[in-house]
Amino acid sequence: MSLRTRWRKFVNVVMLSLTGICALFTVCVLFFILGYLLWYGGKSLSWAFFTHLPAPVGESGGGMANAIVGSGKLLLLASLLGVPIGFLGGVYLAEFGGRTFSFFVRYTTDLLNGVPSIVIGIFAYTIIVLPMKHFSAFAGGMALGVMMIPIAVRTTEESLRAVPLMLREGALALGASKWKTVATVVVPAAMRGIVTGIMLTLARVAGETAPLLFTAFSNRFWSSGWNQPIASLPVMIYTYAIAPYDDWHRQAWAAGLVLLGLVLVANIGARFVVSRGISFRQV
Amino acid sequence: MVMKTSEESRPTERAAGATTPWPAEIKLRAAGVDFYYGGRQALHSINLEVPTGRITALIGPSGCGKTTFLRILNRMYETVPRARPEGEVLLDGEDIFSLDVVNLRRRVGMVFQKPNPFPKSIFENIAYGLHINGIGGKGTLAEAVEKSLRRAALWEEVKDQLHKSAYALSGGQQQRLCIARALAVEPEVLLLDEPCSALDPIATAKIEDLLFHLKDICTMVIVTHNMQQAARAADYTGFFLMGRLIEFNKTAVIFKTPARKETEDYITGRFG
Repeated sequence: MSLRTRWRKFVNVVMLSLTGICALFTVCVLFFILGYLLWYGGKSLSWAFFTHLPAPVGESGGGMANAIVGSGKLLLLASLLGVPIGFLGGVYLAEFGGRTFSFFVRYTTDLLNGVPSIVIGIFAYTIIVLPMKHFSAFAGGMALGVMMIPIAVRTTEESLRAVPLMLREGALALGASKWKTVATVVVPAAMRGIVTGIMLTLARVAGETAPLLFTAFSNRFWSSGWNQPIASLPVMIYTYAIAPYDDWHRQAWAAGLVLLGLVLVANIGARFVVSRGISFRQV
Repeated sequence: MVMKTSEESRPTERAAGATTPWPAEIKLRAAGVDFYYGGRQALHSINLEVPTGRITALIGPSGCGKTTFLRILNRMYETVPRARPEGEVLLDGEDIFSLDVVNLRRRVGMVFQKPNPFPKSIFENIAYGLHINGIGGKGTLAEAVEKSLRRAALWEEVKDQLHKSAYALSGGQQQRLCIARALAVEPEVLLLDEPCSALDPIATAKIEDLLFHLKDICTMVIVTHNMQQAARAADYTGFFLMGRLIEFNKTAVIFKTPARKETEDYITGRFG
């Protein structure tokens, strides 16, 4: 074997190992986090965690029932704002937009996506919390909803674009108007992709903490209605993790595990929905 | 080169009035039609008359403009941003460019090259055209669906599986489904853009047979790459080349005694 061949083989092996190690490292990071959470969080998970309110400072026991429900309420509110606007905006971009206006909308959507979540928090604080003179679930929900909009728009648009032109032409040739074609053929064909996109958006937004810090704030008790400050899992993690109580640390781990579990369920669920079968096919 | 034409293949049907005179009734008349994609002219001064109740085939090599022309007849070019026709096209004497496009497309249906059933059940595919045109009522729908499927020679094969997905059918069945779907709204004209090019010979034969029987119901214009198909199935044939209509006549004349040299060269396979 000549020197050249030896050198080539050596470089080959080095690069293969290097790229393999980096890929492995990426996977390890996820499993490391997962492992930590499962270990520490698993130890603290109990029925009390899911059903009890937080205990007074210094006392042990207590749980995060209000935070779990609170996160649910906030996500509901966020969906009410983010899903319709995101969905219809995506439909416009994919089906009706003129070239320059669509480009402009897409660009600003991407910019909105890049706005730091804490900035969105300050924005919601100024517009909603200050005039109302108190923190509220409403403000928190609106902040999260604004974060949902750009992702929902883009995933809807991409799912709609993936529907083949042939299907649209088939409907148009039967005498369907543009809007009827979109509503009765294109959207149903893209529904799986759209639903997946929304589930993933919810999962992403469920873990946002910064905007909630000064909109929904937090609450040690149940909050009724939408006008009171409300507890949420991410904010509880933040509060408990930096506190000096061991019991609270354990609960923070448990909350982290629950949150991650929710995200994983949403992601795996989304993949399952997609793999059930393709919506459209070409012969 | 002798080709079996539609007249020779079915002598019994043609026995009565064996020499079909040039028909007096014209369904579609195109006069001086030009077509532009942006700055590029794709069709030059097309003058063509489609006879009522007959099958007219448009043949020619790839890119000659026959599909472009077909898509003018039901204004499907409107899905392409910079497409623009000029000239006049009349459907039963009415200018198609001033008709309501939804109405036009109901009267002039289209079947595409690749079968494109909707991701719905067989029943819903056929009923779709009826739904969007406001024809409803469960009983009426079921009847109309059965009628269309019978006309498309598909009823016997699918009558027990109307609620199965259209994608469960074979390619040839899907294409017949698309034909049934187009027929459900009872069009006066049916445009077919190379309907058999994605199908095997047996499915192709079934569809050609079906088209012959549909002549009583509607006028047909079929674009085909396959000369033998035109010879077999069509009453009239138009030969397109580089965006112009070179010759248009009864199929027998085109294939046996073409008037233009380009036609003869194409028919005899000197180019394709």
